[in-house]
Amino acid sequence: MNTEILSRIQFAFTIAFHYIYPPLSIGLGVVLVIMEGMYLRTGKQIYEQMTRFWIKIFALIFGIGVATGIVMEFEFGTNWAVYSRYVGDIFGSALAAEGIFAFALESGFLGILLFGWNRVSPRVHFFSTIMVALGSMFSAIWIVVANSWQQTPAGYRIEGEGMKARAVITDFWEMVFNPSSVDRLSHVIIGSFLAGSFLVLSVNAYYILRQRHLEIAKASFKIALTVATVASLMQLFTGHRSADGVAKHQPAKLAAFEGHYDSSAVADMYLIGWTNADKREITGVKIPGGLSFLLHQDFTTPVKGLNAFPKEDRPSSRAVNVVFQTYHLMVAIGMVLIGLSLLAVFLWWKGKLFEQKWLLQLFAWSVLLPQIANQVGWYSAEIGRQPWVVYGLLRTSDALSQSLKTEQVLFSLIMFTLVYALLFALFLYLLNKKIKHGPVDTHSETIPDSSKRDNPILN
Amino acid sequence: METILGLDLPTWWFLVIGAVFSGYAILDGFDLGAGALHLFFKKEESRRIALNAIGPVWDGNEVWLVIGGGALFAGFPVVYATILSALYELFMVFLVMLIFRAISIEFRSKEPMLWWRRLWDICYSASSILLALALGLVLGNVIQGIAIDKNYAYQGTLLDLFNPYALLVAVTTLALFMMHGAIYLVMKTENRLYAKLTILVKNTTIFFVLMFAITSLATLLYIPHMITRYKEVPYMFAFPVLAILAVANITRQIAYRKYFFAFLSSAFVTAMLIILVAVGLFPNIILSTIDPDLHITVYNGSSTEKSLKIMLTFAAIGVPLVGVYTSFVFWTFRGKVKLDETSY
Repeated sequence: MNTEILSRIQFAFTIAFHYIYPPLSIGLGVVLVIMEGMYLRTGKQIYEQMTRFWIKIFALIFGIGVATGIVMEFEFGTNWAVYSRYVGDIFGSALAAEGIFAFALESGFLGILLFGWNRVSPRVHFFSTIMVALGSMFSAIWIVVANSWQQTPAGYRIEGEGMKARAVITDFWEMVFNPSSVDRLSHVIIGSFLAGSFLVLSVNAYYILRQRHLEIAKASFKIALTVATVASLMQLFTGHRSADGVAKHQPAKLAAFEGHYDSSAVADMYLIGWTNADKREITGVKIPGGLSFLLHQDFTTPVKGLNAFPKEDRPSSRAVNVVFQTYHLMVAIGMVLIGLSLLAVFLWWKGKLFEQKWLLQLFAWSVLLPQIANQVGWYSAEIGRQPWVVYGLLRTSDALSQSLKTEQVLFSLIMFTLVYALLFALFLYLLNKKIKHGPVDTHSETIPDSSKRDNPILN
Repeated sequence: METILGLDLPTWWFLVIGAVFSGYAILDGFDLGAGALHLFFKKEESRRIALNAIGPVWDGNEVWLVIGGGALFAGFPVVYATILSALYELFMVFLVMLIFRAISIEFRSKEPMLWWRRLWDICYSASSILLALALGLVLGNVIQGIAIDKNYAYQGTLLDLFNPYALLVAVTTLALFMMHGAIYLVMKTENRLYAKLTILVKNTTIFFVLMFAITSLATLLYIPHMITRYKEVPYMFAFPVLAILAVANITRQIAYRKYFFAFLSSAFVTAMLIILVAVGLFPNIILSTIDPDLHITVYNGSSTEKSLKIMLTFAAIGVPLVGVYTSFVFWTFRGKVKLDETSY
């Protein structure tokens, strides 16, 4: 294990762990705005109860998102100092904008969301909820813009040489709206809506199965189902746009998505498969010419394959299989989510939504699907970009901090592994506890008499 | 080179970063200080009140660190990359402590068991203390300079960072935050906890004044490059004079029990101390102890003018906005802490 590999593992691990939380906050933010909006409009207590309940869950998720997010902001400098100097002129401005325009908004108003129920009017509280939801989306905008610039750099020129080389900004808006920004941002935001809405669906399906909080659970389920259905259908569109963009701007990555080696050949689309690096073949179920059709609306047009790129400029053979598998898993989950939500909407229309026990059981587990899809989608996007950290400009192997030693990274990697394992265990424990407790009782902070008795602090 | 009001853009950005880090030190300073004092409170109710005094705002306070990190990355990428990779272990421990502190605050109230609450109390207090010390260590090393070579790579060892002067700055930072936190808490509490805090305010102030004097003396004696700027531009002596007057004013306000004014004074002192360092360093940001030609300055370490101009526009729009809603949140939660069903 060398310093580079360890640093890559550490970055991948910390960002993947972080990425469990922000999509949930973004998705829950939207659901919360709808819930509280319904409460203001109807004045019904069930809407207030569900809002209060999901705000508590939101706070838990947000808290861990912040704690793990600060790590990311500093990890560029600690482990990837050369990269940081190279992209600072461009990447830094997006990150600074995120802090000042998005994160400050979100964290500032979260205090009111959580502790302000008795201190501000319902309208001001609702306003705060909207600000928090907007703040979380603004965050996504700047972060995805920064990442998209790494995928499809634009609005820059290169200055200096060797260790002093850096990309400097020439056109801010061209940088922001680089060729992949809009497609990738919409894909990420919709993916987040799916993550949030399926969490709400899952928890409420569980309540309905257990015959608990039925009135609130059914109403919440319907709100989340509406969001989930719209989002899953829209994801089909943004996903297609994203793949189109990758074909145009990062053809090597697209070829890796489908394991397509031969440039002169028609590209097939696999539903499932395994890439064989030596034979450059894929074993699996395919639609012949499917990829050619999706990109060119024609089953016979050849698509640029991996062999069109020098070996050192495209993902390694092992990476190709990882990219292939993660990409296909993401697409498959996307299809399942569409099927699941459409089926539920159909039953809702028939008036039988809550009668199918198996469907509710499916929904109770469904929370994992968007999470997995969001994760593997990013793996294929980031591994597919290799060996570049900034596509076509800076190699990952050149981006590492010069003074870094293997022991140092090993130390931090072990530390993060242990701390994040503890953090994740605590998160699941508390989430489970809050869900078991349910939305009805708003007075959670009471110390039972039994633990008061032998408690020297209290006496 | 383009200028605004007679100052060039890198200098403006240096000021922006100074302002953001001052904001961070003032805001997170009081909640880190409150955390450092946490174990002095013995009763469950006192601990809960102390925790809820910072409850609605600590997260917002930490945002200033995020903005500061982003602003440094954006405006002075060379500084950002060099300092973070040089002080690797220190920052890694710092980040993990931030996580520990956040989860201690969030998780403490979620279970009633005595051992659970004690565990998180210790965790919360220890991480707050270590964070304050780590910030001070970073500052202490920045003041002295670090061993960076021509490729911006750090040539020293981890142990070099724990030199006597840096340790002194670290303890002074902790003392400052403890005083600042104690004054904040005394404003937010009543009755017996209030009485206890008035004593803590006195003791932490004595602790700080002592450390402040020792550190100032050590700087004058051992860090000559921090003094040159003041010798060259004598009216810069206004800053140390103001800092000393503000420190004196803290003790005066405390004696009159005017804690709000004492808090303003300690916030002012915090900002002044950062300004003192900034004036001493400028135009350098990171001094190379290997070769003065390798100093990273606001000019050779900054982003391009175009990038700085974009970000100064951001700052001009964003900072007043952040100011407005930060004030709104503090206004909403003004007054003494009352525990209710939404409290930690």
